[in-house]
This record gives sequence, C-alpha cells and structure tokens, in this order.
Amino acid sequence: MSEDPGKTGRRDAFITVSGQAIERLYGPADTAGLEYQRDLGDPGDFPYTRGIQPSMYRGRLWTMRQFAGFGTAEESNARYRFLLEQGQTGLSVAFDFPTLLGYDSDHPRSEGEVGKLGVAIDTLADMEILFDGIPLDRVSTSMTINAPAAVLWAMYVVVAEKQGVSRTQITGTIQNDILKEYMAQKTFVFPPRPSMRLVTDTFAFGAREAPRWNTISISGYHIREAGATAAQELAFTLASGREYVRAGIEAGLQVDDFAPRLSFFFNSHVDFFEELAKFRAARRIWAREMRDRFGATSPRSWMLRFHTQTAGCSLTAQQPENNIVRTALQALAAVLGGTQSLHTNSMDEALALPSEEAVRIALRTQQMIAEESGVANTVDPLGGSYFVEALTNQLEEQAYAYFDRIDRLGGVVAAIEKGFFQREIADSAYRYQRRVESGELVVVGVNRYAGGQSSPVKLLRVGPESQRRQLDRLARTKRERDRRAVADALDRLRAAAGGGDNLMYPILDAVRAYASLGEIMAVLREEFGEYREEAIF
Amino acid sequence: MDLASRLRAGDAAALARAITLVENSDAGARRLLSELYPHTGRARVIGITGPPGVGKSTLTDQLAVEFRSEGGLVGVVAVDPTSPFTGGAILGDRVRMTRGAGDPGVFIRSLATRGQLGGLSRATGDVIKLMDAGGRDVILVETVGAGQAEIDIMHYAHSTLVVVAPGLGDEIQAIKAGIMEIGHVFVVNKADRDGADRTAAELEMMLEMAPDRDPGAWRPPVIRTVARDGSGVSEVRRQADAHWAYLKREGGLEEGRRRRAASELAAMAGSLAERHLLEWARISGAWNRVLDQVTERQVDPYGGAEVLFREYREAALLSRTPGNAGGREEL
Amino acid sequence: MGKIIRVLVAKPGLDSHDRGAKVVARAYRDAGMEVIYTGLHQTPEQVAEAVVQEDADVLAISILSGAHEVLVPRMVELLRRRGRGDVLVLVGGVVPDDDVPALLQAGVARVFGPGSRLDEIVEFTRRAVEGSG
Ligand SMILES: Nc1nc2c(ncn2[C@@H]2O[C@H](COP(=O)(O)OP(=O)(O)O)[C@@H](O)[C@H]2O)c(=O)[nH]1
Ligand SMILES: [Mg+2]
Repeated sequence: MSEDPGKTGRRDAFITVSGQAIERLYGPADTAGLEYQRDLGDPGDFPYTRGIQPSMYRGRLWTMRQFAGFGTAEESNARYRFLLEQGQTGLSVAFDFPTLLGYDSDHPRSEGEVGKLGVAIDTLADMEILFDGIPLDRVSTSMTINAPAAVLWAMYVVVAEKQGVSRTQITGTIQNDILKEYMAQKTFVFPPRPSMRLVTDTFAFGAREAPRWNTISISGYHIREAGATAAQELAFTLASGREYVRAGIEAGLQVDDFAPRLSFFFNSHVDFFEELAKFRAARRIWAREMRDRFGATSPRSWMLRFHTQTAGCSLTAQQPENNIVRTALQALAAVLGGTQSLHTNSMDEALALPSEEAVRIALRTQQMIAEESGVANTVDPLGGSYFVEALTNQLEEQAYAYFDRIDRLGGVVAAIEKGFFQREIADSAYRYQRRVESGELVVVGVNRYAGGQSSPVKLLRVGPESQRRQLDRLARTKRERDRRAVADALDRLRAAAGGGDNLMYPILDAVRAYASLGEIMAVLREEFGEYREEAIF
Repeated sequence: MDLASRLRAGDAAALARAITLVENSDAGARRLLSELYPHTGRARVIGITGPPGVGKSTLTDQLAVEFRSEGGLVGVVAVDPTSPFTGGAILGDRVRMTRGAGDPGVFIRSLATRGQLGGLSRATGDVIKLMDAGGRDVILVETVGAGQAEIDIMHYAHSTLVVVAPGLGDEIQAIKAGIMEIGHVFVVNKADRDGADRTAAELEMMLEMAPDRDPGAWRPPVIRTVARDGSGVSEVRRQADAHWAYLKREGGLEEGRRRRAASELAAMAGSLAERHLLEWARISGAWNRVLDQVTERQVDPYGGAEVLFREYREAALLSRTPGNAGGREEL
Repeated sequence: MGKIIRVLVAKPGLDSHDRGAKVVARAYRDAGMEVIYTGLHQTPEQVAEAVVQEDADVLAISILSGAHEVLVPRMVELLRRRGRGDVLVLVGGVVPDDDVPALLQAGVARVFGPGSRLDEIVEFTRRAVEGSG
C-alpha cells in the first residue's frame, strides 16, 4: 500500500455528482486567500455569502411551499386547502402543459394533456375557482408559468381584486424566466426578443403597481433537471439574471426599482456539500455583480433571495421509499445553504403526480429539519469550513469562466441562438448517464443495492372526467361572456403588441372580459411569431 | 404491385423503401434503378449549400412551401454528417422543416454522408432519380455545409443556391475559395441581423471581380432573406425560376443534361473498369508480382500500373476469341 | 455496405422534457445507428408521416406528459394504415406500470421506464430489428 494517504481508498477517484474531483483533505492552504469581511461577511452583510439576514431562521423559518396542481381548478383548490391546513405557508401552482404553452383545453393539441401534470386554466372563471376561499392578502402564491406568465399573473390580479385585495397587497412570484426555457426547459412560445419585452413589461408593471410581487424567479432548477452540472446551473442562471437586469435597464427602468423583486430558484441535488457551496457562491456573485457591474445602491438589490426544490431527476422509480431519505438530505443542504423557501419532492414524483400521503411525508421532512434537527438554531453553521469555503470559491471561479465564454459569444440570447447552453447541458447529461451506467456514480437501489422488494406506491391519476368537466366549463364561459367586449379587448391587445405600450394593461382588460388564455396567446403568436428549438445534441 | 410501380404511382412508403435499398447498396437496387431510369429526367433539382447554421434547412422548408403553393409535388433531400468514430449519425434537419413536414406533398428524406466527402451522401444522385421517378416536380437538396469541399452538388443540381449569413467572417473567405463559382443564386439569410448589408455588399464585390462573362450570361443575384419568418423567400424562388428559364432559353438545360449524363457515365465506367482490372490482377497473380517490384523500387508505381493494364488488356482480348465467349460476358 | 438501423426519435405531445430523448439519441448514434430527430411537440400525424418518409426501422417515442394513453395508440394505428405496421415501436418516459399492458396490447414492443440502461435499450433495439430481418 502506498504511503500517500491520498492514494488509498475505496475508489480511484472521488467525484461529485457533477463530476468535480474532491481532495482527501482540505486545510488552511485551501482558504488562504479568503478575507472574512470582503469574501464572506456576517449574515446580512455584503456580499451575503453567509446569508441575507442577520438572524436567518432564528427570526423566521423558510417558507414551506409544496408545488401542487392537477386536474381541474376544483381539485387543485381542494389540495391547496389541505396543504394550508397541514401547516404549509405558501402556495405553489403547477399548470398543465396546454396552459404552459398557451393553448386552451379545447385546442386539438391539448387532447390527452388537460389537467394531467398540473391544473388546467383557460379563463378567469377557472382562476376564481382555483383560489376560492383562499385569502390572497395573507397567502403568498408562486406560479410556475413562463411564456404566458403575464396572462396568468393578470388573472391572479383580477381574482384578488374581486376578493377586495388590491395589487399592492398581493405577494407571490411568477416564474417568468423565459431564457432558461430556451436553454433547458423548452416551454417557449415566442422568439427571444418579444419574450424579453413581455418580461420587462411585467417588471415595469410590478415596480409601479404590485411592489410586493416577485416578477421573476430566475431558475436554475430546470437547467439542472435537464442534465447540467452544479457549476452550469449556477453560471447559466446568474448569466440569465444579468441579462434580465440589462434588459430592464435598457427598457428605461431604474435598477433599484426592479432588482429587489428579482428572485431565484435553484435545484438541490444529491451531492450535499457541492449544493450548499453553490448556494453560498450564488449569493456572493450576485451581490458583487449587482453592486459593481450594475451600480445598484440599495442592499435589497444586492441580496439574492431564492427558492429551492429538491432534485426531481434524482428520484428513482425503483424502491421509491428511498426517495424520502434522498430528499431529506437535499433539503438539509438547501437549509444549510440559506434558502428562503423550499419544496421537498414526494417519493412517488418520479412516477406520477404525488399522492396526498406522499406529499404529507415530504412536508413533514421539512418540519423535522426545522423543528427537531437543530440546524436552524444558528446562522450558516458551516461557514468557515475549509472544505465548504474552498468549494464555494471553486464554483464561483467556474461561474465566472462561463460568464466570460457567454460574453464572448455576444450575451445570453446570442449564445442561445448558437446552441451553446443546449450543447453544454446535453454533453453533461450524456456524461452523467454514462457514469451511472459504468458504476462510477452510485445510485442506491438502481445500480447498487438493487435487491429487495419495494411496496407498490399508490398513485394519483387524473381521469377523463376532469378533462370533460374542464371542457364543459370553457364552453359555458365562452357562451355566457360578452362577445363584443372580448373582441374589443383582443383588438386593443393586438394594437399594443404591434406598438410599444406595456402589454400588462391590455392583457388585464382581456382577462377581465373572460378572454381565454388561448385567445390572448393566439393574438400574441400572430404578432410575435413562434420559436422553434435548436436541434442540439 | 411491385416496388417500382408503387413508387411511380406516388406511394410514399414505396419511395422511402426504394431509397433505403439504394442507400444500403442492396442487391435489388441496381435493377430498380435501371427499371426507373427511363422515367427520370423530368424533375427540377435545386441545390442548397453553405456553411452550417446559416439557415439552409429553414430556407429549404420555406422554399418547399413556396413550390407547393403552385401545386407541384416537392422532394427534399437533407444531408447530415456521419460520425467518423461510430458510423452513426443524428439527422436533425427535420426539426427546422415543420411547415413542409405536415404536408404529404412534401417528401423529406434525411440522409447521412456515410463516409462520403463533399457534402453529400454517395446515394444522393440515385435518391434524386428515385424522387424524380416518384413524381416529385421539384427536388431540393440541402448539403451538409461543412465548408469548402461542397462542390459535388453541382453535378446533380440545375440551380445551386449558396446561402450565407452575416457575421461569418472567415467563412466568407472560405466561400470565395470554394463554392463561389458554383452558385447561381446567392442568399444572405438572417437579414434581420446586423451586418447583412455588409455581407451582401462583399458578395456583390466578389461577383464583380469574377472573370469576365459573356454578354447575356447568367449573372448570379444576391438576395437578402429572413428564412425564419419567410421574408425574401419568394424572391429567391423567382430568381431560381429565372435561372431555370435562362437554362431553357440558352440551351443550358440540354447541355447540362448531357454534361450530367457524361459525368455519371464517366464515373460509372471508371469505377467499373477499376473494379475489374483490380479483380483480374488479384486472381491472375499479377498484382502480387508487380507489387513486389514496386516495393523493391524496381519499377515505379506509374510504370507498374502500366504493366498491369497492358497484361489485363491482352488477357481481355484473348478471352474474346471464339470459343471463349460467354466466359466473362460482363466485361 | 450492410444495413444501418434507422431510428426515428419522436417527442409527441406537449411535454418539453427532451433530456431523455437526447441522451437516447446519442446512445443510438454511438452504437452506429442513424437517428432522425423531429423536434418537440409533434402531432401523431406528423410523426407517422416522418416514419414513412424516412423509412425508419424503429420509432422511439419519448413521452413524459401522461398523454401516452391517447397519443401512442394513435401513432401505431396511423402507421398500420400507412402499411408500416412492421415498425418497432418503443416507448420511454414516465409510464405507470398499470398503463404498460394497454400499450403493449396496442402494438408497442417495449416500454422503458425511468432508470433504464442505455445499453439495454440499444441492445434490445438491435436484436429486435435484426431478428425480424
Ligand atoms: N435570426 C435569424 N435566424 C435564423 C434565420 N433563419 C434561420 N435561423 C436560425 O438559424 C439556426 C440554424 O438554422 P438551420 O436552418 O438549421 O441552418 P442550417 O444548419 O444551415 O441548416 C436556427 O436557429 C434557425 O432558427 C433568420 O432568417 N434569422
Ligand atoms: Mg440543416
């Protein structure tokens, strides 16, 4: 056996799930260049590496926000009420594919998809039912919606108004991150340029009318799910963030007027330390970029606030109960990384929509971390660890290396058009898959310890009755609404789309007249054209 | 019905299967092609070449729709490279061909180069014939777009479109060096981007500097397009039509037909002769004998080849003498 | 030159998760096959037409939207009507166990669920195509 302790071990190389090599030991030499005030700072102080608030979870726990939605608005409404009763503190709406792509439930392409993996929303009538009995002045709502984000947000604003809740009171988030759609998630509708206009229109509307609403959730989650590494998730997400800030400034907004409403959304994958280092690096990079590159002066513009979801792609269909433990570890990394809100996946999410029991366990997991484990008693307990700080630095360096490459390609949109992100992600996804198949990466229950029985998981299914009910309601709404008002509102929207006015206002009018999502998006499709993916392998 | 008749009747599945046979050099492919040959020569073939990513597939799709609007049937051959390491390929041009793809009047076939250089698949010429016999009025051939060596298309196409995009920089130079001469219509695609005017001007200048043309000779136009939304595409079609009319008017069509037939015949005759000569040399033992001499520097390769050829010709003459007939009648 | 297996990788329906489709496409390519990729959001009619024109031996359908019950049997039926009932149809993605028998009944040769090995998919494909001659 070799004398060098680094040469002895169970394996030839120790790597993270992203393929990053890890040393046997980290020590003072690995953090030698680190200056506490400059690079870490106390929690609540620039550059926020240790957290954005001085007291963090001693003051307030993170928001426990389980993503849910399926079938019709009635069914989802019932699930939301259940979750709120169980102690959940915020809602997170999942929409079905037709809604995500701006098609009504009666569109031929929607067949078989209505209500399948999220709730179907066609008109304001659906939205009224979705939030029936849920006080929108007290519950914050996150909506996972991108290409049609402006339309769904408008519906939410109008439902709140009908409850007597003003725009200035509503709190929540629309995902609205179209750039990562072109990079990874692929639920785009329009080409990048008009899409960016819709985004900046929502920024402007939010800054003026709904100051407590997060107008975007810049999302690495889907980039990671598409197969990216931790460094790619970090770099591509923050690169998008920079692009949105530039776009907002170019649209004539003051950076400190909209930057505080930018929020982020990350994945928490299986490599515990790599993930929590990623979150810490993200805060530091963002604070420096905002202050030094964009000249933001408000500390609220410097702070990176983020939601985390545990990694859906890490869930296994084999031995699904193992997913409970996997998810708990990922959730712990998110909490130790200082997340503001968290979704923990249910054990059966690799298979279908989560059942109520599985959702309860997932929520209880968060509650155990918060209330039993003691990790929320102090802020950033891992700060100063040689390993954690070295990994944080390393991820930061990798992110800046990507920023350079993206800048050389002419920015995020140009890099999208050249297929840069798509190719990087596809390469990583393929490499990961090969590593799992060669056994270099272990997935318990899949390529190691695969023996043993696992109990069948009860799955939730959305039946054809849901689709039928949705179609009936849409037909009724279309019959009963004021046809004239709809046509006029859509005409005004078309005119605004052709010009330069903020589109939120005509969209609000159209929504209020019960124009459907599909009708509104059809007008915009005509005006803006549709985007086709890049065929990148 | 047999495959040839089904193909001629316009059956897409039959055309598709025939293409597969030809691509795989299947035993039946030769017979099928000779059976269909009399029914070819009708279709108009347009080549679309240029560097990767300039929008060839997108433009091809738009052109397919243009030509369809006149009622004719369209065939599209889209060539992508084969991986030299694995022999496999990912053929992605269809992703950009969504407008045409919904319409059975547009028959799209993706081909891999399968080791062939020059931007086309070895089977391209035969695939064109099959589509022609299958009633496709216009056949659009999109090349790989690997750069300089993309001149093979001129052996197959009546008209060749060379597509570029702004901001290519060096690639304009490559075009100047390589494919400038073969273009009948030049397209500056992505005209929605900065620099399109400059690229068009550069092309115009290069065309100006081309060697003097006869008065009345075809002068390649430069057209700006945004293939993604279709603008400029009908102008491309008009210019392609004008080139077609020019060929007809000036007898270029006839000339081209003969030239293409000649180059195909020459290629076929050449490969046939080569195959038979080498086969004979191996069987007769002449190959090893001459190869030894060349290896030992007793004779140079050219001289050795002459020796092989002389001996081969004598043997062939002998085999023609009466009494020996029917020996190797294929010769 | 021998026969090269041609696989059409299709993403019908509205779901846009193409990670699996792309990884599988690469695996087929690296195994020496020719893969035709048609892009996201294809209708069953478009997929069937493409299979016919490309004379594909294999139709590999990736679907994660839950719409497989409707879309997959329709594609198989369209292929049959076009005289291409011989195509090897594979489905990959999230298909609950309970739905598998119906898909097999409809003419799907095999369903590859989450966690399937690439080697296994490639080998199965090769054997099924070469076995059917
Ligand atoms: N901006 C712009 N992009 C285009 C245009 N035409 C095609 N593209 C895009 O350029 C990329 C490459 O197109 P493609 O047709 O695949 O090019 P090919 O490799 O030459 O066949 C795709 O992203 C197209 O959407 C255009 O007119 N303008
Ligand atoms: Mg192409």
